[in-house]
Amino acid sequence: MTFDLTSEQQLIQATAREFAETQIRPIAAEIDRDSRFPHETVKRMGELGLMGMVIPERWGGSGAGAQAYVVALEEIARVCASHAVVMSVNNSLYGDPIARFGTDAQRERFLTPVASGHAHGCFALTEPQAGSDATNQATLAVRDGDHYVLNGCKRFVTTGREASFALVFCQTDRAKGHRGITAFVVEKGTRGFTVGKTEDKLGIRASDTAELLFDDCRVPVQSRIGDEGQGFKIAMTAIDGGRVGIAAQAIGIATGAYERSVAYARERRAFGVIIGEHQMVQWMLADMAVAIDGARLLTRKAAALKDAGRPYRTAAAMAKLFAAETAMKVTTDAIQVHGGYGFIKEYEVERAFRDAKITQLYEGTSQIQKLVVARHLLRGDHDGV
Amino acid sequence: MKILVTIKQVPDTATQVKIAADGKSIDTAGITWIVSPYDEFAVEEALRIKEKRGQGEVVAVSLGPDRVKEALRSCLAMGCDRAIHLNDAAWSAADTLATAKALAAVVKQEAPQLVLCGRQAIDDDMGAVTAQLAELLGWPCAYWIMEETIDTDGKAVRAARQVEGGLEVFDLPLPAVLAAQKGLNEPRYPTLKGIMGAKKKEIRDVKAADLGIAAEPSQLSVVGLEALPPRPPGRIIQGDVPTAVKELVRALREDAKAI
Repeated sequence: MTFDLTSEQQLIQATAREFAETQIRPIAAEIDRDSRFPHETVKRMGELGLMGMVIPERWGGSGAGAQAYVVALEEIARVCASHAVVMSVNNSLYGDPIARFGTDAQRERFLTPVASGHAHGCFALTEPQAGSDATNQATLAVRDGDHYVLNGCKRFVTTGREASFALVFCQTDRAKGHRGITAFVVEKGTRGFTVGKTEDKLGIRASDTAELLFDDCRVPVQSRIGDEGQGFKIAMTAIDGGRVGIAAQAIGIATGAYERSVAYARERRAFGVIIGEHQMVQWMLADMAVAIDGARLLTRKAAALKDAGRPYRTAAAMAKLFAAETAMKVTTDAIQVHGGYGFIKEYEVERAFRDAKITQLYEGTSQIQKLVVARHLLRGDHDGV
Repeated sequence: MKILVTIKQVPDTATQVKIAADGKSIDTAGITWIVSPYDEFAVEEALRIKEKRGQGEVVAVSLGPDRVKEALRSCLAMGCDRAIHLNDAAWSAADTLATAKALAAVVKQEAPQLVLCGRQAIDDDMGAVTAQLAELLGWPCAYWIMEETIDTDGKAVRAARQVEGGLEVFDLPLPAVLAAQKGLNEPRYPTLKGIMGAKKKEIRDVKAADLGIAAEPSQLSVVGLEALPPRPPGRIIQGDVPTAVKELVRALREDAKAI
């Protein structure tokens, strides 16, 4: 077992870090405050190849693999969680399933523009009545000749407003339950497809979270990804990869807050000494460091299993659970280390704290991750744990 | 047009430099190594020339131990076509002249039309290799370059050098050696495709014998390194304003001898 990154991964990490520090950091607080989608920097991330890291070069990606992906995503999230989630959705939730389940013609049309950073994709599974219970899909797709007619509503779609392509999950056979779910790519501009309201959120405020509405929206058969009834499997496969990405995002958020806390503990004085001399502050910093490193190891392990083509569903759920809980705890304590200053926007741990919360919610709440882990453990299926 | 870029791997700009036990070198433990920033301007300019002309080859060259491969790889990731690594124990104590001789031998083998360098490496700040290299080659050389334009038939370069309050413009016949100053360009980030593609590009190891160079003792030897003395603490002058100002003027005049 080795803990060293390859020389390519090191270069990717250094590039992502430098990009985040020099290009993203100057605007991170402002885009959070204004809920502004950062088109310019997101475009440059695409040009660098960060939007197609798990996509083969043939389809516009950089083919760097899941391990390099989590390393880079962590660096972006360390500075701005909003940029990180846009990157995660393009790679894991949109690009990866189309690379896996699409035909070459579909990859050419729907994947290459997104993996090469020229357009964005989004993943539309959640509905008003289908969050954690994703099997309960109400959006319908009815076959009509060479088309399907889509009707329904998708909620909380990350990048829903900005994306040019939506991977949409619909019920094509209600009687079959989740085995009757089918995936489609719907292009922005298709008649009957509109974007509803954009949510006003606690965190990741620069990334848009939107409602997608389908009203007799006709989608050609050529836009169906996989077979009828294969949709739920496609969604779950995508989310396995997505969870590894969100784990990396959570670690990045935690790392940023932890680094600020250490710096603050070295300079802020109380009772005649720097606060880092006080045992209760040391305690918090040590707990942060241990949890972050643990989360990072779990996440890199899940990514390594994915790169090796081995099962990693449990490993991904474990990584996502532990990293999200770590991000929330670390950012909470980071404010504690900063005292009243931590409650002020100027000391960026406040933003990290707000951004951390979503990692416990999306792509499966922490409770759902525990359910996934427990079910697999009871089946004797632990991804080599 | 074939362009050769010389680069040096140096400690990251944020490094806290510590003097090693021998008192003559720095302790390299835990150092993060980077391509010297001025050399990155040279790499970027070479790539831009190639892109502008629509053809050509950019070769990165560096002298140093095994770790220098990482620096060369990052040049390949930026877009250089191949790299040459002058990697031989014979060069372990190479001074600027020995380095320039080795580079000159490579330039003679490769026969580029242009050599681009950084104006100095940011570690020891000698700034000598470029001039020595040009001298050994007998090529014209311009330092502190802020702009350059190569004529369409690749016979000459017009280079603008930073001088106090303005630019000094030269026409140099090619082949020539140019040393880049900050402001020449904004180096690109290596793209992920570039990084992934870099491992397929050649880094050729070259020994002194391959260049027909016999080991010779360095003409320059480091006698010792000394850390800067710690800064004396500042002083806050107490008292009401008229008294404090008087004391400040006295201290500036008599203690600091600044006025």
